[in-house]
Amino acid sequence: MIRSEVLKNLIPIISDQLVVSNIGLPSQELHMLDDQPSNFYMLGTMGLASSIGLGLALAQSAKVIAIDGDGSVLTNFGTLPTIANNIADNFILLIIDNGSYGSTGDQPTYAGRKTSLAKVAEACGCENVIECSAEATPATVKAAIEGNQMTIIVSKCESGNIKVPVIDMDAPVIRDRFMREVARRNA
Amino acid sequence: MSINQKIVADLINNKIEFVTTVPCKQLAGVIDEIDAAKEIYHIPSNKEDEGMGLCAGAYMGGKRSAIIMQNTAIGVTINTLVTLIQYYNIPLPMLISYRGELGEPVACQVEMAVHTKALLAQLNIPTYHFHHPDDVGELDSILKYSFMGKKPVAVLTDASFWQGV
Repeated sequence: MIRSEVLKNLIPIISDQLVVSNIGLPSQELHMLDDQPSNFYMLGTMGLASSIGLGLALAQSAKVIAIDGDGSVLTNFGTLPTIANNIADNFILLIIDNGSYGSTGDQPTYAGRKTSLAKVAEACGCENVIECSAEATPATVKAAIEGNQMTIIVSKCESGNIKVPVIDMDAPVIRDRFMREVARRNA
Repeated sequence: MSINQKIVADLINNKIEFVTTVPCKQLAGVIDEIDAAKEIYHIPSNKEDEGMGLCAGAYMGGKRSAIIMQNTAIGVTINTLVTLIQYYNIPLPMLISYRGELGEPVACQVEMAVHTKALLAQLNIPTYHFHHPDDVGELDSILKYSFMGKKPVAVLTDASFWQGV
């Protein structure tokens, strides 16, 4: 199962949640499958989905799911100690780990070789880390949403991509639409 | 009121409730003051681009944010400033220690100092240089300007400014 299929299976679970989505194909796939004001699409800046998600979760009370990739977490490794030491129980970091840099042509990452992101997250002090299969991801995310504990999920899936259109919404429009939705949920 | 207390009071008066920091010797006092302020959530970050991501998220969550860092971080954060902060129209006051200026004891710091203003100018980031302790009087207007314009703003604070703190 590849990332786009994992995302497709997740839609019924995450459609009504605040979602911060990683740069490149993950954002494009989410936008194509289920565009919502509750989605924040990153159009640039590789690596910061988890940081944006944590900042958002710390600033308000609604649940936040950051959908990240193994390559992006490797790029911004410093994010894991920051997450571990600033607990936001409304925050779920979902790392879709396909062992490759999908948006740039499926070059292998170290997470697909010897490096375990789940073990790194635990070593950084994250207390609730779950590694699961692609197939088990919807149930794992559902349980994390229902629980009230900050959770890091590493979803192991296969490398590969489908064709998706680029997002042509303007960045300030994405941001403004998302902020209004966040404010509405916190009203 | 000390310079550090004045800076933190200005942040609080401008409803900045979320501040990320990457330390610098010159900024040690103001970071301590931020850590002690109960109105501000202080979240140290490991790298300045990570910090800008945290600030962007907090801003979208309804909390005004700011970053405190050294000028060497301009080299680290150009892509984040351009493709996240500027591209999405996110306000971000940046209180920056301007290392490598007059009074600097470490030669290597000069190497980044000579590029700092040129890089900020290239990025069209409004930049203010605090050289004399009295310059802190402008901070309140600079913070208001950043949130009004929804832009990053740089406040470069050099060794002469921090003298005697």
